[in-house]
Amino acid sequence: MTVRTAELVAGVALTLISILLMYKSTDGLSIGWVPGSGPGSGAWPFWLSAIMLLSCIAILVRWFMRATPQARSDAVFIDAGALRIVGITMIALAALLLGTAYIGLYLSLFAFLFFYLRILGRHSWATSVVLTIAIPVFIFGFFEYLMTIPMPKGISEPLFYPIYDLIY
Amino acid sequence: MQDILLHLGQGLLEALEPINFGMMLIGCLIGLFIGAMPGLGSVNGVAILLPVTFLVPPTAAIIFLAAVYYGAMYGGAISSITLGIPGASTAVATVFDGRPLAVQGKADLALSTAAFASFIGGTVSIILFTLFAPPLATFALRFGPPESFCLMMLAFATFVGLGGDDIPKTIFSIVIGLVLATIGLDVVSGRPRLLFFDLPGFYHGVNFLVLAIGTYGIGEMLWTLEQTRGDVQVHKVKTTFRRFIDNLKRVKDYFGTAMMGSLLGFFVGILPAAGATPGSLMAYGMTKAMSNRPETYGQGNPKGVAAPESANNAASTGSMLPMITLGIPGSPTTAILLGGMIIWGLRPGPLLFTEHPEFVWGLIGSMYMANLATLIFNLALIPVFVKVLTLKFTILAPIIFVLCIVGGYAPEQSMHDLWLMLLFGVAGYLLRKLDYPLAPAVLAIVLGPLAEQSLRQSLLMSQGEMSIFFTRPLSLIFLVCGVILFLYPFIVAWRRRLQQAKAAAPPSTE
Repeated sequence: MTVRTAELVAGVALTLISILLMYKSTDGLSIGWVPGSGPGSGAWPFWLSAIMLLSCIAILVRWFMRATPQARSDAVFIDAGALRIVGITMIALAALLLGTAYIGLYLSLFAFLFFYLRILGRHSWATSVVLTIAIPVFIFGFFEYLMTIPMPKGISEPLFYPIYDLIY
Repeated sequence: MQDILLHLGQGLLEALEPINFGMMLIGCLIGLFIGAMPGLGSVNGVAILLPVTFLVPPTAAIIFLAAVYYGAMYGGAISSITLGIPGASTAVATVFDGRPLAVQGKADLALSTAAFASFIGGTVSIILFTLFAPPLATFALRFGPPESFCLMMLAFATFVGLGGDDIPKTIFSIVIGLVLATIGLDVVSGRPRLLFFDLPGFYHGVNFLVLAIGTYGIGEMLWTLEQTRGDVQVHKVKTTFRRFIDNLKRVKDYFGTAMMGSLLGFFVGILPAAGATPGSLMAYGMTKAMSNRPETYGQGNPKGVAAPESANNAASTGSMLPMITLGIPGSPTTAILLGGMIIWGLRPGPLLFTEHPEFVWGLIGSMYMANLATLIFNLALIPVFVKVLTLKFTILAPIIFVLCIVGGYAPEQSMHDLWLMLLFGVAGYLLRKLDYPLAPAVLAIVLGPLAEQSLRQSLLMSQGEMSIFFTRPLSLIFLVCGVILFLYPFIVAWRRRLQQAKAAAPPSTE
């Protein structure tokens, strides 16, 4: 995909989002004047979305006129090397979030860090293992113990009962 | 004047409280480290670390984050000089002369110049800050809702007029930030707004941290992963005590340059769209233009390091001035600090000086000390930072991702926010590749609720008459300035076209 195509795709997508936002702002909300309470609760987002739509149209018009550097560029938008590292990272992050929701943050973190350090980063076993264990332990100590903010643990919750007994 | 000195004394005492002082030192260290890492700057550090500060009281938290901000401005120079890659966008101009100096084996001179120039920039700007802040806050007490609203519009207009990015894309970025801020329960009518797909996670709104960590944490990391695939070449830094003293003696060579950079940086830093990056570039350009030997710039002239480094430190202090006194952030980093203040239950704006003097003056006091602390750390730890810079990015990136995820989860404790954060990160990365500016969106999502509230209050005061914004003198001034700034790029483009037409015309008319 060239930069020029990417610019068009982004412009069209953002135009659609603006229209969706305008529609959502009128959804059961007033965009006009409500006597006694001032402007309706939909007015501010509605008119903002309208400005957003205008700016998107301007972006598209400038694309047609080839007025921006992006609209003239035929360079590759994301080259193969970038796609590989960025794509793998995005998938790993999505997997980490999915894992966090079901098997809990800490177990997912072990898997994520091990994958990123040892398999993707090709760091030594020692570095990988030490960081894979140390980072989640630090996060647990800081958030659960010091700040008492429980992180999502999903089905791995029972594993933590003995630690709770110890620290709370 | 005596009043200010009295408050300042109390502020210095407040900043010396063990927790505040400790947080300041930790903040300086972390800031230096963050600034030195390519791909991480003050805004990334402050966004990722803000959730961590819920642990300590607000005063200690803001002192910590301000120290991070400050340290990052110093740290940016380290990688600009030793790697030739700016550690943060604010240190771009430092590469121009810092890199040639390192190549010539004078990395230690470049680093100490950067450190002392930063110290001068920080000191000059914090003194200006102390003098300007109280009168500005007193003046701002006169602002009603219409003035606040017009001032925010003026802040957004600076992005269009001075931001230098594509104008429709800048407007888009501002407006999407404002719209994202409206998601959730409307405080006036109590009705839910813009709940997409009726997801319950939208009820608590889109926390500004979700957008800030998404774009400046995850998005920035994706961007840096793409950029730093190549090898980085670190230049050796040799230093001895004797050379250190020699370098210290050279301060007088660039003292004037650093003073000018500081003044310029401070005033540029106050403007929301400008800030440290353009401030440092302008300072570099100005010393070069005023020099009687401009050809030495770019070849390793210490003045070329002193000018941008003093300016970016001064700009970071300058951008705090409107945040503390008017409630309008002067940079994306201070926008995140402002959002933090709202979370801590403080109302940003002029009342802060009367309602929470210990907070404001504690912050100001700590900035004097942070300036000194960073200078000492910087000079003492240069070898450590240089070692750290050789770390592979595949070690740093996963650590940052983990911090982003726990930091994004902590404020609302909702998985929904994490998914949204990842979405913003990916979208931010892709849009950034197409030159959509992201800073206006972060500023807008923080100011959004305040802007809507002041608009509604103004319209209630006037019973729906828009004329309220034109008939009050102060709001009219802000509005006129805003309109001028907004139109400024169009006027420039129009004049250029006129000149081109003139240049093309003579043969045919004569």
